[in-house]
Amino acid sequence: MTVKEIFDTMDYGPAPESSKEALAWLASKGDFGHFIDGAWTTPGTLFAVMNPATDALLAQVTQGTQADIDAAVTAARTAQPAWAKDGNARAKVLYALARILQKQSRLFAVLETLDNGKPIRESRDIDVPQAIRHFYYHAGMAQIMDAELPDRQPLGVCGQIIPWNFPLLMLAWKIAPALAMGNTVVLKPAEWTPLTALLFADICNQAGVPPGVVNIVTGDGEVGEMIVTSDVDKVAFTGSTAVGRRIRELTAGTGKALSLELGGKGPYIVFEDADIDSAVEGVVDAIWFNQGQVCCAGSRLLVQEGIADAFHAKLRARMDKLRIGDPLDKCIDIGAIVHPRQRARIADMLAAHPEGETYQTQAPDGCFFPPTLITGLSPASPLMQQEIFGPVLVATTFRTPAEAVEIANSTRYGLAASVWSENINLALDVAPKLAAGIVWVNGTNMMDAAAGFGGVRESGFGREGGWEGLEGYTKPRATAPQAQPVAAFAGEGAADGLDRTAKLYIGGKQARPDGGYSRAVFGANGKLLGHAGLANRKDLRNAVEACNAAKGWGTSTGHLRAQILYYMAENLSARADEFADRVAALTGQDGAAEVSASINRLFSAAAWADKYDGQVHDVPIRGVALAMKEPVGTIGILCPDDHPLLGLVSLMAPAIAMGNRVVMVASRPFPLAATDFYQVIDTSDVPGGVVNILTGDPADLADPMARHMDIDAVWSFANPALTRTVETAAAGNLKRTWCGTLDWTLDNTKSILTHATEVRNIWIPYGA
Amino acid sequence: MTQHDHLPRNPGMALDMDWVMRAQANTSAIERRASTLPGRRSVKKDHQAAWLCKAISLIDLTTLSGDDSAGRVRRLCAKARQPVAPDILDALGMTGLTTGAVCVYHDMVATAVDALEGSGIPVAAVSTGFPAGLSPFHLRIAEIGESVAAGAEEIDIVISRRHVLTGNWKALYDEMAEMRAACGDAHVKAILATGELGTLRNVARASLVCMMAGADFIKTSTGKESVNATLPVTLTMIRAIRDFHDRTGIHIGYKPAGGISKAKDALVYLSMIKDELGDRWLQPDLFRFGASSLLGDIERQLEHHVTGSYSAGWRHAIG
Repeated sequence: MTVKEIFDTMDYGPAPESSKEALAWLASKGDFGHFIDGAWTTPGTLFAVMNPATDALLAQVTQGTQADIDAAVTAARTAQPAWAKDGNARAKVLYALARILQKQSRLFAVLETLDNGKPIRESRDIDVPQAIRHFYYHAGMAQIMDAELPDRQPLGVCGQIIPWNFPLLMLAWKIAPALAMGNTVVLKPAEWTPLTALLFADICNQAGVPPGVVNIVTGDGEVGEMIVTSDVDKVAFTGSTAVGRRIRELTAGTGKALSLELGGKGPYIVFEDADIDSAVEGVVDAIWFNQGQVCCAGSRLLVQEGIADAFHAKLRARMDKLRIGDPLDKCIDIGAIVHPRQRARIADMLAAHPEGETYQTQAPDGCFFPPTLITGLSPASPLMQQEIFGPVLVATTFRTPAEAVEIANSTRYGLAASVWSENINLALDVAPKLAAGIVWVNGTNMMDAAAGFGGVRESGFGREGGWEGLEGYTKPRATAPQAQPVAAFAGEGAADGLDRTAKLYIGGKQARPDGGYSRAVFGANGKLLGHAGLANRKDLRNAVEACNAAKGWGTSTGHLRAQILYYMAENLSARADEFADRVAALTGQDGAAEVSASINRLFSAAAWADKYDGQVHDVPIRGVALAMKEPVGTIGILCPDDHPLLGLVSLMAPAIAMGNRVVMVASRPFPLAATDFYQVIDTSDVPGGVVNILTGDPADLADPMARHMDIDAVWSFANPALTRTVETAAAGNLKRTWCGTLDWTLDNTKSILTHATEVRNIWIPYGA
Repeated sequence: MTQHDHLPRNPGMALDMDWVMRAQANTSAIERRASTLPGRRSVKKDHQAAWLCKAISLIDLTTLSGDDSAGRVRRLCAKARQPVAPDILDALGMTGLTTGAVCVYHDMVATAVDALEGSGIPVAAVSTGFPAGLSPFHLRIAEIGESVAAGAEEIDIVISRRHVLTGNWKALYDEMAEMRAACGDAHVKAILATGELGTLRNVARASLVCMMAGADFIKTSTGKESVNATLPVTLTMIRAIRDFHDRTGIHIGYKPAGGISKAKDALVYLSMIKDELGDRWLQPDLFRFGASSLLGDIERQLEHHVTGSYSAGWRHAIG
């Protein structure tokens, strides 16, 4: 074409970024081994890494073996104590990594695009700068760890498995906080996209990362599983919900810490008073960013009915302007799908559900998929429920804010959401009601090292980024002795006085156990103290229903919850002698001390109820990222055998202080302190359903509790032997679990609050 | 140069306050779009040269200074006729390229019309008490008539910012409609002085009101405000133009003015117009750059394109 012809057509023309340097680097390396203990291993069994945009061979990398994983874990284990010693030394290394990444930024960007197929614009302007930012941010965290987190210590060796959609960025999200907190890592990049991780390995030595601190092993899912089952202290995984569930099961009962960042089906809610053009443009960044292969993609479009047709029309016009093609072209919006298998997966899913009206633009031949909009779907459509993980946006409409929230939350996932409205009242009312770890107001896909990223429900648990992200790479310094099961006392004979009936406490009412069985409870002296009902799975179900009916507790004020907790303390205090006698009779221990400590715990929880503030993160936008601490929801709690009153109160009080509803399974050997305690609850203005108390055998209730899809978390303190049961069963809805042990004589209230809350980051950019 | 369909002029319409008040402009989202666009679009080699030639064809080559004289204006007009050295244009196959128009104060209109005779380059006059627009209303209307009589084919009027700032949309509409009527066959560009309107939402609403009242073009600035054309303001105004077109079928032109001085900036503007409004808006009847120093930078880039060597300002004749 001549200049004159182009002058008339005003076409864009090609604007290719050179791949010369990146290909030269690959050629210089030849076949890749693993990076273990600061050195490259001899290449083993090789598999090919392809450029999805051209189907050209980029490199051959080594499939990891058990021996490789063992060597990597051993190297990490050996290196860890020295690495954990000096925060300033770690900060210097992390800073050097940031600087070297920055100096090699274009090489990383081009290599990422070659390997993954994402547009060079994204790898250059988003992936690489964000990765750099993560290392800068966490260099600072390493520096101030000793001062700011004096009660925390590293976990040890972290096994990290990352996905193919943001290969370098996910590496940074995993490695930077782990290293900052004094851990060492064994990381496996995705089978389809290992190259930037291998380039990163190359710069680790230049940055002075001590041998063994960072180990990078390549391979497929089997290698990932080897890492999960190896001798690591923590597994961090980002990827599909199915694999996340498998990892949950594999790590159950092993004592390994776990964080899972899984799938999503993010709602993108547009109210009629939104800036429509900006909301349309936001959709581009929500679902056509990285070819829609984004776990936090805004993939479900919910538009208020009155503007839906106009909005869809504008959106279709916008789609026509998207440029799809060579990812290395600097003028391309949409590149290649990561792999032909993923492309086929997307196409198959659409073919299997020919619903709604589909609008699609053109895509080149090869591993490309055209931007797609499917309107006229209902929440029941499978395409509205399943994660497609491609450039496919599905759409429905709503009438009111309440309906928008209802439809948005009608999903198994809960990662991210967008809300578009020019009305601050509306936006800030809706944002906290969405089941999501991240909510963007008038924006989308905003991320930063300073703000936690992670989800609720089947989108996984744990946060990456911000102060909240450090939880996942540290553990408390304080340790408690392992809890041991306590046997119930045996005895015989009749109780003193008139028979008292202890029932279950469900929904603010006493309830007979569904099964109609009770167990005689004998005191330390062998005398019959009473009977305690044996709750079964139906009682559990009823208790969860009661929790659901008490949802309003979660939005009540901290001030109100504090008042009620103080009132419980007051009422317990009024009956202190009676409770002390009961505890003493049950356990043969000092009842007065336990009652006194219980009152103390109620005071602590009441104190914290309105003080466990969220944060405003310093993210690099004009706006705020509000890290709000929100109740987890319904928590099932298996109380410890010992300390029948104090154990229950110590766990219940922080949980309800934060707005959770609880189903407590009382101490198995000493249940009658808990059944007495419901009278205190009854007289303390606690709304029915906020606290539910079951008696019976935790071993019978642990499995149905952890399997219950409407329980958001399970805390198991009853018996260490139940940990495996709880963690395995929890894989069903990927609920959070906390199987721990605490020294009940100490006030652990504040540390319990982290387990009683989820951090939700609400991003609110603003501008007049 | 380029032949394109002759579009019907904007006949105007009744003031639709419901439409006006529904217009929203989310500043942070608009800024994000504007700030990422330069990274999303890139034009290289021959395409870049062609786009830069296009930019020249869209320039309202402007002088609006208190010390303007007939000599100065004639010099500018000569530059408008021959914006780039003939050898460079010849190498590009773009001989005959001119700027879109010449833009001057009323007193210079006759000189400019004379200097441009036979070139086909129209003369635009800034009018209505430019730049503040605070002279008596009847004089502002009279000024339009005199500029048209002197041969201006395009009239750049300034709106009363106070009508926007006080939400007096009816007054803005009436003022604009009267000015449009005074222009007769001359095309009218409404200068919003966006740097003085306070918010992007005001910019969006003022854009709609002026289009409803019959503006042929909407223009960002006089060049005299402390903030002139910006990408966020551009996005806001061209989205209003798109909205107006979607609903009425009428094409309204857009002119960013002030502060666009680099060839690279011009390319970003053109890609924003192309992506948000479409190729039809990349013609002089629908898009102009109000600029004085932009041409110089483009000349250097074009010479670099032709010779492969970086250029120097003094190699290019001044206007």
